[in-house]
Amino acid sequence: MALFFTQLLNGIQNGAVYASLAIALVLIFRTTGILNFAQGEIALYSTYIVWKLTTTGMPVWLAILLAIAISFVGGALIERVIIRPVERSSPLVIVIVTIGMFLAINSLTQLQFGSGEQALPSFYPQHTWRPGGVLISSNTLALVGVLAVECALLYLVLQRTKLGLAFRGVASNPESSQLLGVPVGRILMVGWGLAAAVGALAGALVVPTTTGLVPSSMQQILVFAFAAAALGGFDSVFGAVVGGMIVGVADALTIGYVHTLRGIDLLVPFGLILLVLLFRPAGLFGTTRVERV
Amino acid sequence: MTGERVTGPGAQLLRVEQLTGGYGAVRVLHGLDFTVDDGEVVVILGANGAGKTTTLRGLSGLIDARGRVAFAGHDIVGWRPERIAAAGIAHVPQGRGTITELTVDENLRLGAYTRRDRDVTTDMERWYEVFPRLAQRRRQAAGSMSGGEQQMLAIARALMARPKLVLLDEPSLGLAPIITQELFRTLGTLNVEQGISMLIVEQNAGLALGIAQRGYVLETGSIVVSGSSAELAGNDDVRRAYLGI
Repeated sequence: MALFFTQLLNGIQNGAVYASLAIALVLIFRTTGILNFAQGEIALYSTYIVWKLTTTGMPVWLAILLAIAISFVGGALIERVIIRPVERSSPLVIVIVTIGMFLAINSLTQLQFGSGEQALPSFYPQHTWRPGGVLISSNTLALVGVLAVECALLYLVLQRTKLGLAFRGVASNPESSQLLGVPVGRILMVGWGLAAAVGALAGALVVPTTTGLVPSSMQQILVFAFAAAALGGFDSVFGAVVGGMIVGVADALTIGYVHTLRGIDLLVPFGLILLVLLFRPAGLFGTTRVERV
Repeated sequence: MTGERVTGPGAQLLRVEQLTGGYGAVRVLHGLDFTVDDGEVVVILGANGAGKTTTLRGLSGLIDARGRVAFAGHDIVGWRPERIAAAGIAHVPQGRGTITELTVDENLRLGAYTRRDRDVTTDMERWYEVFPRLAQRRRQAAGSMSGGEQQMLAIARALMARPKLVLLDEPSLGLAPIITQELFRTLGTLNVEQGISMLIVEQNAGLALGIAQRGYVLETGSIVVSGSSAELAGNDDVRRAYLGI
């Protein structure tokens, strides 16, 4: 039983990271309909910014906040400079552009920061508790706590502010929103900026819980985040969180119990994506668009 | 200006000269000239494909248009749609443009996006009085309402911006005749009692001419007839083509 709860908590901890990156995917998909394959690499670059800032002696928490701000601006610029010119192209073209960004940002990261492993400290003390043999780590508490705060903030922005209303309006009907005076381009920039900021936070939190910061740090996480977003329905922030948790827990329990899948546990997210697409293409919480005409 | 009064009822609100436009290489509009005075309802009649929707999309900046569009002291040709909306033109698009995943309340709030004042809630209550059926559904997702209700929502949403001019693109499209009659009665009342200026493009000539002061007939991208509503209703060609008489 202790193994079960330990793995459950591990799964929830990983799930919080997948959820964060899945939220970033959802923020962009909802407004633009684009699956951003470069989201993980954007988060990777942001995490390197955190690392670079900490090497100057800056406290980690301040480095994270600064990197979030820089990432917001960077995400908005990516929308304006790279995505805007192709936004009316076919989905295939846009997919290729985001895959191109994936490669470009990864290469840029290696060029700028090197490909060696770097140590990124966490902003909270590392500690573990073992009540009744169950392993509880301060990582789990921190990651879940930050995810909860992040979700609460996003909820407030999306549901309670004029910017959030405009964001949801653009997501639902961009042309109508534009006719009401909403500057759609600027809203899309904000969406990409928010996604990059959320991704920066995810990267800065997850890397210290792993072996270290390397240029491939975010790649497997992105695959899990895609599974989480697909499971949740791609246009629901709540769905992304639930999807992240399901993927994280399913993966952790697989590793804990199904020994034959150790090392190839990527089968789990791929299997989940496949199952969801087969039986519920709109995901668990995706909007089934109801419209009377 | 050419001697007309520049403000107040009767002053020229919109003056369109040699408007051309289309989609890509396909030119749909071949140089339109028309005007709308402040406080006036003007109707543009025309069959499918005549260019009615394109005309309105040209005015609100959704397509590239050329020519001159003088509105409230500016030449707005080439402006972005959000800037034109902020200048006071509210476009109720064909098919009602419902923002389906927002509630009725949120649709109306978004309608007030360009406003900076604090009377938005007061205005919402005002339009809920005019359209009581919307008030009953204020927390409902707008996409789940009937076509007639969505058309009322589209009009109320446009009015939330306190526009100087409302463009209506075939408000009768897809609605039952009795709903259409009610809708035009409401539009007529809004014009008479609140002085709201409107440019309506319609195929339903009878109802539209009933509330309009003047009208134009558009055929394959050119204006072929213009006159007062009475003149148009009495014009043999118009009667044959658009009134089914």
